[in-house]
Amino acid sequence: MTAHDIVIIGGGPAGLAAAAAARKAGIQDILILERDSCLGGILNQCIHNGFGLHTFKEELTGPEYAARYIRMVEEEQIPYKLNTMVIDINKDKEVTVINREDGLNTIKARAVILAMGCRERARGALNIPGYRPAGIYSAGTAQRLMNIEGYSVGKEVVILGSGDIGLIMARRMTLEGAKVKVVAELMPYSGGLKRNIVQCLDDYGIPLKLSHTVVDIQGKERVTGITLAEVGPDRRPIPGTEEHYACDTLLLSVGLLPENELSKGIGVSMSPITSGPEVNDQLETSAEGVFACGNVLHVHDLVDYVSEEATLAGTNAAAYVKAGREREAGHVAELKAENGVRYTVPQSIDIRNMQDKITVRFRVADVYKDRYISVYYDGVRVSKRKKKVLAPGEMEQVVLKKDSFADYPDLKNIVICTEVE
Amino acid sequence: MEVRELICIGCPLGCPVTVKMDGGQVLEVTGNTCKRGDDYARKEVLSPTRIVTSSVHVSGGTIGMVSVKTKEDIPKGKIFEIMDEIRRVTVPAPVAIGDVVIADCAGTGVPIIATKDVAKA
Repeated sequence: MTAHDIVIIGGGPAGLAAAAAARKAGIQDILILERDSCLGGILNQCIHNGFGLHTFKEELTGPEYAARYIRMVEEEQIPYKLNTMVIDINKDKEVTVINREDGLNTIKARAVILAMGCRERARGALNIPGYRPAGIYSAGTAQRLMNIEGYSVGKEVVILGSGDIGLIMARRMTLEGAKVKVVAELMPYSGGLKRNIVQCLDDYGIPLKLSHTVVDIQGKERVTGITLAEVGPDRRPIPGTEEHYACDTLLLSVGLLPENELSKGIGVSMSPITSGPEVNDQLETSAEGVFACGNVLHVHDLVDYVSEEATLAGTNAAAYVKAGREREAGHVAELKAENGVRYTVPQSIDIRNMQDKITVRFRVADVYKDRYISVYYDGVRVSKRKKKVLAPGEMEQVVLKKDSFADYPDLKNIVICTEVE
Repeated sequence: MEVRELICIGCPLGCPVTVKMDGGQVLEVTGNTCKRGDDYARKEVLSPTRIVTSSVHVSGGTIGMVSVKTKEDIPKGKIFEIMDEIRRVTVPAPVAIGDVVIADCAGTGVPIIATKDVAKA
């Protein structure tokens, strides 16, 4: 068994930023474990631009954004292992890893940072009837095949789901000469960013059909077509609304799921809403010395926020290792998401020991217009901010300052909610 | 007076922007939350432009493809001409971020540059 101060699971944007921050905070002995053959994670296949406006004040492509953080890690000579799969982490922070060079090994960590990211929801989760022909891809798989492997994925395409990857792929396939016939979305609103609807669909005249879903897939060897139907408020297909589309490819962009098998192995408490671990203001899970950040914690829309969150996790993991023990519990208040707010990250704040301010991130449950985002301390409304539009596809945030808690010595609950007034 | 409602694509915030115009002149831009939104809105109503990104084949590299982009934004109407040129290119490894892949793409005067490092195999 080898031992390291901080072991980071995943070498994508979250893992890289966490590593750089932990080193900056003075920890020498860090190890990043990455299962792919290169660092950078999903950014390597996100060749479109729009990354880094908050972090670097310029508009970068995914590979360029990743390269900035890879350079930081290499300049700091932070060790990493590629092609290395973590198969288990136990409560004692013993990490079981496997790769072709070293075989099976156990690494003892003083602190663990979970940065495994997320994966795509697959066809099996959707109950679409029909055969299982070639030509059905998750949007991310198609993205990898085109941008990294250099394959042409299909000629006539239907996309189910209006998540960002699906929208980006609608444009990408159009640019490569494919005909994207329609993007269908089950919900009455898009799950993707507005800018992606404008620049990926509207720019190319690709129709977006809201409240529609695929009810049949035709073709035995290869997809030959699909049937679309409108859905009612119960999200069930309305008989008689079926429309047929001839196509050779169906892309699915139907949601992302934090990849938390390892977290569950440790036994950390999980949030049923984010499908990620529950964390405090240090981004520490219920297991002492185990921190989480990035899409494994909750699915983000902007990588810039992932980097910010991961920097916090890396800094806090470093502080934990230096102190040699957990921060003493001070005055813990629970964060509650109510009335249109689906969840908050973090889920609790130690208001005595917290930093000067903490960013609370959340998503809303539906599309709302002209609503306030309000914060209540034990029933007292302490802040409100009006938003013209709130949508589930866009992450929101409020910043809570430590001095705002001064007048609430017995604070138990912080509620974040939406309100009409 | 003409009013156009846009969604700014300057960054993922996607601010709803309203542009008031009169005879090809922009009178007022509202709804943006930063200067980029103002710039975007004025350009979008008068001469819309986009950054185009793609990936091209690499010969003799550790990986088979390298991602590329137009160094600056190009007129929206030129996107498919640019793609036709990009699709025909193969570059030899090594490639570094910022390397020019096509010097002047589709007569726009804008170069296509690499956005990823690819080492020699």
